[in-house]
Amino acid sequence: MPKFQISRRKFLTSASLGLSGIMLSGCDAFDGGLGIGGGLRSFLENANGLTWRAQRLLAGRDALAPEFTEADIRQPQRPNGVTAPDDDTYKGLLANNFADWRLEVTGLVEKPLSLTREQLQNMPSRTQITRHDCVEGWSCIAKWTGTPLSLVLDQAVVKPQARYVMFHCLDTIEQSLSGDIKYYGTIDLIDARHPQTILAYGLNGKPLPVENGAPLRVRVERQLGYKMPKYLYKIELVDSFANIGGGRGGYWEDNGYDWYGGI
Amino acid sequence: METIARSQPATEADAAPKDATLIYRQSRWTRLTHWLWAFSLFFMLLSGLQIFNARPQLYIGKESGFGYNNTILQIGAENTDNGPRGFTEIFGHRFDTTGVLGWSGPPGQETPRAFPAWATIPSYYDLGTARVVHFFFAWVLSATLLVWLIAGLVNGHVRRDLAPRLDDLRRLPKDIVDHAKLKFHHTREYNTLQKMAYGGVLFVLLPLMIITGLAMSPSMNSVLPWLNEILGGRQTARTIHFTVMVLLVLFFIIHMLMILAAGPINELRSIITGWYRTDPPEKHDEPAERSI
Repeated sequence: MPKFQISRRKFLTSASLGLSGIMLSGCDAFDGGLGIGGGLRSFLENANGLTWRAQRLLAGRDALAPEFTEADIRQPQRPNGVTAPDDDTYKGLLANNFADWRLEVTGLVEKPLSLTREQLQNMPSRTQITRHDCVEGWSCIAKWTGTPLSLVLDQAVVKPQARYVMFHCLDTIEQSLSGDIKYYGTIDLIDARHPQTILAYGLNGKPLPVENGAPLRVRVERQLGYKMPKYLYKIELVDSFANIGGGRGGYWEDNGYDWYGGI
Repeated sequence: METIARSQPATEADAAPKDATLIYRQSRWTRLTHWLWAFSLFFMLLSGLQIFNARPQLYIGKESGFGYNNTILQIGAENTDNGPRGFTEIFGHRFDTTGVLGWSGPPGQETPRAFPAWATIPSYYDLGTARVVHFFFAWVLSATLLVWLIAGLVNGHVRRDLAPRLDDLRRLPKDIVDHAKLKFHHTREYNTLQKMAYGGVLFVLLPLMIITGLAMSPSMNSVLPWLNEILGGRQTARTIHFTVMVLLVLFFIIHMLMILAAGPINELRSIITGWYRTDPPEKHDEPAERSI
């Protein structure tokens, strides 16, 4: 029986043909298995858990994001995502300058709250000049003023079984067959109680504009922009993501971003 | 010792002169980490280009200028009289890069995208997935670098093969001339240009890649707030990250060309099996040294 043999020339020819074939056919060779829920994807996503744990270990609870000076504010805060909600509820509230708007605090709390804008603004505030980092890669420095989220949580008295803070928003981010999807997201209680985590109603010394999330948006300064929902109207304390959207903890998370936006 | 040639005969009769030139050059640590790097750098590059596509601009400073201009590189598409064209703008100089950068795709199905589908993972636009791939291999790459460094310090690879010596400086001019003439010497030791290239990648470029990668993380900024101040701001860190990528790609291209020119079978064998065929000793010389 003739042995299977391959000459060096033949080997080199086919190897280079194969290699250039891979390059020419594009990298769609790796597209399979990378969709959400895919086996390869799920395996690679383990690294996100590692990143989260490593960064938590290093940063601890209270390490502060860098803060900047007035001189670093060189431009208006760049708006992103939804910048003019088309929702009737929102437009109604806006027409009345948010006089009828309330921030509901519900879920796993002892004392559910319903706060007006005035009540929020009468609580102690924090002002910080920080850099907003978008997951896309750009950054923008601005001055944010708002109520520390920890004060609101203290007032509502969080139940011990609560693990995450969920933000409910007024803006429709996607129109799907099953109806409009309004923006939603979660952070854990460590980030929720971080000293720089505020419910912002002021931007660069003025009331928060519509394009940046009026009347209220979240600032989570140690994470990326998609973790800071705008057009907020309800905060819900929950113990898991199971009943939230696709179960990954947020709108963009359900569309493939990592739940932990620290990198 | 691993450096002793396999061909060292047990008896005189076994001595095959031809084999006296075959030496064990690359330890298993060097070979293993080399291929782990090759593998993870491939995925990091292609997922990184996908991530770049989400914001195909590079800036200098703490932030991205929208109300002012601090952009030094931009890849985009624009409508012209000749239809849509792709362009790349570097320091204000604009180049038409239609088909590759800015505007690309199968004929009739071109789309605006900075890097083309064949250069990104996934091939379609998907920032979230590219980040999953990128950060997974970032861990692999960093862990490999650490393992290599420890192994290289323990087994003497770093000191013996990579640490620059005074002699390297003296050899440099001749080395450059030899490389330019594609005249290669196959020896146990790296020549000066090799030391510079490998040392530069392992001790400068890869660490710089990791540092600038961490500098872009808002969470790491709270741990190491001084990092971006040293680097010149988060957007400068991102620009450095991209620039080092270009340098690594250049290294890869030269690395491939040198392997092809110096004898791909021999070079590949040494990085797969560790065994490398050196040049036969010159006439009248002492037999080739087999260990250092």
